[in-house]
Amino acid sequence: MCGIVGLFLKDKSLEPRLGELLSEMLVSLSDRGPDSAGIAIYGAGDKKKSKITIQSTNPESDFPGLGKDLEKGIGARVDVIVKSTHAVIEVPTEKLDAARDAILAARPAVRIMGAGQVIEIFKEVGLPADVVKRFGLTKMAGTHGIGHTRMATESAVTTMGAHPFSTGPDQCLVHNGSLSNHNNVRRELKHDGMTFETENDTEVAAAFISNKMAHGDNLGAALEKTLTDLDGFFTFVVGTKNGFGVVRDPIACKPAVMAETDQYVAFGSEYRALANLPGIDDARVWEPEPAKVYFWEH
Amino acid sequence: MPTVDLAKSSLRELNQALHDIKKGSNETAWEVVNPKGSHAVAAGVDQPVSIDVRGSVGYYCGGMNDGGAITVHGSAGPGVGENMMSGTIVVKGDASQYAGATGQGGLLVIEGNASSRCGISMKGIDIVVHGNIGHMSAFMAQSGSLVVLGDAGDALGDSIYEAKLFVRGKVKSLGADCVKKKMHPKHIERLRKLLDAAGVQGVKPEEFTRYGSARTLYNFNIDNADAY
Repeated sequence: MCGIVGLFLKDKSLEPRLGELLSEMLVSLSDRGPDSAGIAIYGAGDKKKSKITIQSTNPESDFPGLGKDLEKGIGARVDVIVKSTHAVIEVPTEKLDAARDAILAARPAVRIMGAGQVIEIFKEVGLPADVVKRFGLTKMAGTHGIGHTRMATESAVTTMGAHPFSTGPDQCLVHNGSLSNHNNVRRELKHDGMTFETENDTEVAAAFISNKMAHGDNLGAALEKTLTDLDGFFTFVVGTKNGFGVVRDPIACKPAVMAETDQYVAFGSEYRALANLPGIDDARVWEPEPAKVYFWEH
Repeated sequence: MPTVDLAKSSLRELNQALHDIKKGSNETAWEVVNPKGSHAVAAGVDQPVSIDVRGSVGYYCGGMNDGGAITVHGSAGPGVGENMMSGTIVVKGDASQYAGATGQGGLLVIEGNASSRCGISMKGIDIVVHGNIGHMSAFMAQSGSLVVLGDAGDALGDSIYEAKLFVRGKVKSLGADCVKKKMHPKHIERLRKLLDAAGVQGVKPEEFTRYGSARTLYNFNIDNADAY
């Protein structure tokens, strides 16, 4: 099982409603995976600033004073916005790598969920409705986003095992399925310098795509390579800073339905997730073909 | 005509009401509104009533249907008409994977496209698809007919038994033991009846190619013993 959703807006007037629409899509698929849930939102950004989303199991002790500690560490202004177990840390873009190191030096127990100019990632154990409420996701604006509700198969039910997985700047991936050659692929990616936070198969898929893009592929080309190099069952929905992609394995057991209007492109594991989107009755609705890459970019 | 609004009533209430219809009841025309992708809409109907579903449905719509005439005015999710016994199901839009799987009887009409595994393990159902079908359709199909006005995907009829497959367009590839066969007058006649029943107009049975089992997998071949 597992349920995945994605929404890529073409019409700017819908941007203030991105979080609300995406949250409703995800909550509608709760019975596909009650273990944990997560959403990545691509919001407004400016080139000079970057964001790092971190997670802590002890937010009461880890987050107070963190901004000041980081400002001392990197010698630049830092803004920390705490949302439950997560915090979004805004730093000058040229200080991004320094800030990463400073965070882990100041608070060794926190985990970095993702980083980039526009991405924010929130994921926790629990039902989608609870996760959405905990992080106030319905109020978030943005250009595109992806979400996942998990029924764990390949690894433990933990915050770090929840999706989306982010393994590159402003990149993230959600997955329905299971990969059978992830250990091999992980080993190859480690040789090429990629680092991993978990033993999860989906993190390998995310890192595989990030790795290909780091070597110069665009999103479409990187997704094509998943079809030859990853073995197993998958429907992937992928977000990049300005793009949104979908690919299914050739067997295509995992369900998928898409809708497109002048206002958006939407993905859901089931039509239920799309049923309340604006203008859905007049949308082009179709099932993505097996082994075919779909992607859109702003 | 009873109308059930799934925005107000639960799926259980709808299906219970349909299951409670007594033989000979005068309430023979039902309407379901706001399905919004719900699962198992009108599953287990066992009386000859008509049910119009206004919108798209999720998994297993009309499953086990035994005599109902169900029309989906939208698209259907995976497993529409799974294990249908008798009656008809018409999907005005597209159908997702394994439409009509294991169906034992009745007629399933998809007016759009059907995706992968259409008619998998069919056991007597007739399926007519106005558009195309996806890969692995009619896998291990045992009896009944699958009629496709468009094209078929990879591995059509893999390990097929005695079901009859009629495809008007191209077949991307045939599965193991599935072969092209000659159209005899009895097949033309059978196909004509199916096209009529499915409301297909302006298409002649002679435009189709028949596929079926080469029957080489029916008995164990001792020469293959090393493979096991």
